[in-house]
Amino acid sequence: MRKHIFSKKIDAFFKGLADAWNFVRRFFQEVFVPPYEFKEVIHQCYRIGVESLPLISLTGFIVGIVFTNQSRPSLSEFGATSWLPSLIAIAIVRAMGPLVTALIAAGKVGSGIGAEIASMKVTEQIDAMEVSATNPYKFLVVSRVLATTFMIPVLVMYTDFVALMGAFINVNANELVSISTFFAQVFSSVTFLDIFSSIIKSLFFGFTIGMVGCYKGYTSSKGTEGVGRAANAAVVISMFLIFIEELLSLQIINLFRIK
Amino acid sequence: MDNREKVVVARNLFKAFGDLEVLKGVNLDLYREENLVVLGRSGTGKSVLIKIMVGLLKQDSGSMQVLGKEITRLGIQELNSLRLKIGFSFQNSALYDSMTVRENMEFPLVRNVKNLTKKEINLRIEELLDAVGLPQTINQMPSELSGGQKKRIGVARTLVLNPEIMLYDEPTAGLDPITCVEINNLINEVRERYKTTSIVITHDLSCAKQTGDRMAVLLEGQFNAIGSFEEVFPHATDERIKSFYDYNFINS
Repeated sequence: MRKHIFSKKIDAFFKGLADAWNFVRRFFQEVFVPPYEFKEVIHQCYRIGVESLPLISLTGFIVGIVFTNQSRPSLSEFGATSWLPSLIAIAIVRAMGPLVTALIAAGKVGSGIGAEIASMKVTEQIDAMEVSATNPYKFLVVSRVLATTFMIPVLVMYTDFVALMGAFINVNANELVSISTFFAQVFSSVTFLDIFSSIIKSLFFGFTIGMVGCYKGYTSSKGTEGVGRAANAAVVISMFLIFIEELLSLQIINLFRIK
Repeated sequence: MDNREKVVVARNLFKAFGDLEVLKGVNLDLYREENLVVLGRSGTGKSVLIKIMVGLLKQDSGSMQVLGKEITRLGIQELNSLRLKIGFSFQNSALYDSMTVRENMEFPLVRNVKNLTKKEINLRIEELLDAVGLPQTINQMPSELSGGQKKRIGVARTLVLNPEIMLYDEPTAGLDPITCVEINNLINEVRERYKTTSIVITHDLSCAKQTGDRMAVLLEGQFNAIGSFEEVFPHATDERIKSFYDYNFINS
């Protein structure tokens, strides 16, 4: 009979946290040490970036239209519909663009990474890499985490643009505002801090999505059932962490804004 | 036989998973260029034994020497150097799903052999695919291959680095009898052509009889009988070994 420090569940929770910490720490130990898997990083960037584009485009465009539509009645009560481009630009660049992109990527990319690595583990493909003297952590985890970390900010900028285009179409149809006027107002409202903080935040979102997906896949067990569980857990945990990071980043950015 | 070079020496090997003790003091000698077949029922630790040999698992106690090196004392660099001399053919072939057959075979080659030209790589891959009788599959994905083809490609992939030792984990599991015979022939051909030393893990006595010089039966965490097929099976007195033989050759 095994003894537990607290209870079986609490011990397992803390062990899980320690394992996750070691998994993340290993990334920083391995990322700067050769050999570098450049080819695989580029391949993963392509997969994550290009394959997410249709979904991100559609979602970003719809978010732009819907948010503009929902904001108009409140502003029109004060006769301030001319402020729509500013309001939308700030909302999209500061929060909605990064958050919508990250949540979609967590669902599409994070679950894909979790399921792919878990199925590789179940079918002994990770063991096969190891016995052929290849570091599977470096090939599978480091490359995917780097790819998500680099690509999510790119996708966020793309989502911002598409969402603003959606907003422009709506504003143009209702307020007859030209594209130059719309974007002049957008750029006058958005500050360097907004864009910079959005990119930094997105780097963290990307790192989280990649790392959680890889961790859940790499540590999956219980055969094929574990593949589904890994994919599911990768999405749920990534989304949860993204919201926590959003909250924290808001507090930190506000400190700079007050100054 | 004792004068021959020992390439694997296991002494008093113990391994447990939680409360489940799998290996309970295993002793084993594997001689150069022999084919040793390890038999035993499912869950007796046959695969665990060969995973310890390549450092995928670590024993709880005891010694495992491969090509004169104690596995547990090796750093990662030394372990990887040793792994290049060992080919591991997995039970489910373990071909990389997202890569073609060519890319599967290139994978260990380009990472471990420096200064190879594209032409040399292609030549090596084509030669090995010819050797396993599947040159036409070079651009196919693993999902397009049959079970037997996957096993053959898996063997070809392990041969790409010219290993001295081949470890086959259940090479005939899940295959029809004709394909089983083909795989058994392939194991023998690999030994003859590439002068490898092999361990074949199986519970298929036909495979054992066809491929093995010696049989080693793993029962309750220890080797119970080691010898030629004729010495171990037809006249076995141990009921567990006898029933193993009966189920394979008489009841079936």
